[in-house]
Amino acid sequence: MVNGLNLAFQFLDSFAFIVLAAAGLAIIFGIMGVINLAHGEFILVGAYATTLAVTGLSVPLPVAMLVGAVVTAAFGLVVERTVISGAVPNRLWARLEPPLSATLPDQAAALLPGTPLVEPLYDRLADSMVATFGLSLVMVQGARIVFGNSIDQVATPLGELSYGAFSYSAYRVVLAGVSVAVLALVYYVFAYTDYGMRARAVIQDDRTARAMGVDTERTYAATFAFGSGLAGFTGALFAPLVSMQPTLGGQFLVEAFVAVVVGGASVVVGTVLSAGVLGAVEASVTNYFDSQTFGRIALLLAAILALRFLPGGITGYIERLRTRRREDR
Amino acid sequence: MALLDLSGVTAAYDRTPVLRDVDLSVDQGEIVGVMGKNGVGKSTLLKTVVGLLAPRSGTVSYHGEDVTDLAADERARRGIGYIPQGRDVFPKLTVEQNVRMGETINEGCDEYLHDTVYEYFPVLAERADQSAGTLSGGEQQMLAIARALVANPDLLLLDEPSEGIQPSIVDQISEDMRAINDDLGTTILFVEQNLGVIRSMADRCYAMERGEVVDELAGEALADEGTIAGYLAV
Repeated sequence: MVNGLNLAFQFLDSFAFIVLAAAGLAIIFGIMGVINLAHGEFILVGAYATTLAVTGLSVPLPVAMLVGAVVTAAFGLVVERTVISGAVPNRLWARLEPPLSATLPDQAAALLPGTPLVEPLYDRLADSMVATFGLSLVMVQGARIVFGNSIDQVATPLGELSYGAFSYSAYRVVLAGVSVAVLALVYYVFAYTDYGMRARAVIQDDRTARAMGVDTERTYAATFAFGSGLAGFTGALFAPLVSMQPTLGGQFLVEAFVAVVVGGASVVVGTVLSAGVLGAVEASVTNYFDSQTFGRIALLLAAILALRFLPGGITGYIERLRTRRREDR
Repeated sequence: MALLDLSGVTAAYDRTPVLRDVDLSVDQGEIVGVMGKNGVGKSTLLKTVVGLLAPRSGTVSYHGEDVTDLAADERARRGIGYIPQGRDVFPKLTVEQNVRMGETINEGCDEYLHDTVYEYFPVLAERADQSAGTLSGGEQQMLAIARALVANPDLLLLDEPSEGIQPSIVDQISEDMRAINDDLGTTILFVEQNLGVIRSMADRCYAMERGEVVDELAGEALADEGTIAGYLAV
């Protein structure tokens, strides 16, 4: 009985962690074709903003968590405009270049880069990885310089659930509920709102969407901010549970990355299915060997196997089955 | 004053020139065709009008304003509707969502047009909740027209409406376009290499060869099958 309960709670725990870690990354990857290796550091921003709002400004924890999400979304918007789309550097350079080339001698002016200075990173998987990896290094070191090697943590709220010899943190159960709510929110946004419809149109065919009057730049910026906000919310939720140091994002990135790769291109369905499968594997192995390390090893092995046999991820496989069925008819 | 005016438009993909010094104009209320064989630059011409390709030189004016440097989404908001080659409906959105994508341009627009497009193409109303990728080629073409039309454009651009569609549907689409032009006063510029479509739709027609406009036909000349066939023959 206790063992069964343990297993169930371990599964919920893994599922919630994977879903929350992956949601923001999955949206940004699925819609913009950008792999954000600084995703863990966006979670760091959310976690730090929440913690500092509580410890420094005495804001109540639930409000502080929303603050964490909003701060990270705003931060994401800045990153999108500067690093991902390059809109800000391009505008600055367009203003700077003419006077500069007028003052320089002709030969030197010919060496200046033209406009636009940089191309957006949309749909450039490898390039976006390099750029965001650089960003993640800057962010980790930046956090270390500003806040030091660690900051004070907020206490885990809500106490323990217990049943005989079994006891479990009630807050972690709430997290499982929140992870389902986040999935529902993402589904609602993409299936039913005007923004969601435009975003899906932009993924399918961004040139046609533009010819339909969709401001694709704004859609991309909004998407990146939304994905960043979710990452920040994840950081906020886990702020009471993980130790507050500049490298805390790393543990999230691995799981998120694996979940997105295993899930495939479909954001909600892919994330649910891969979090379900990977969570089940991790929980059973952890429970059987009574070791978290073995659980993680099993999770990574499952991911490798999934990729070997389902190269398009789970949703890629479903899509293939559907196409085959349609052709059979 | 012409609704659309291209003067001296030259365009290229990388180093390969595709349009050379093209002059063309379309008056309010006209249906104008551009004909020519594969690869003469017809689709590229439309792309420079839509704003998906920036010309190397020359100007595109619309309603008497120079729009050469405007982005495609801004031109769409000013009333240029585009029906791309191969339709390019959004396959994973439903029929109704595709139509609503067209509506995003004129937000708060009258529901009137939304219903009107379904009256032109009743088959779309039947399939409103189906995903667009499951429609036949002809139905996708109708959907692409509906999606552009619902934005209430002044100028509608069609890129090879007959391509890959069975002949009976092609005739129907030509008729529908004439009806839309009559009823709503929508100006239409289309490119085609199907002789029947050119003759049944166009009031006036330009002929293109190797990226240049080489002839302009109207009235008698447009009625003469031989002349048109000459520009389309392989």
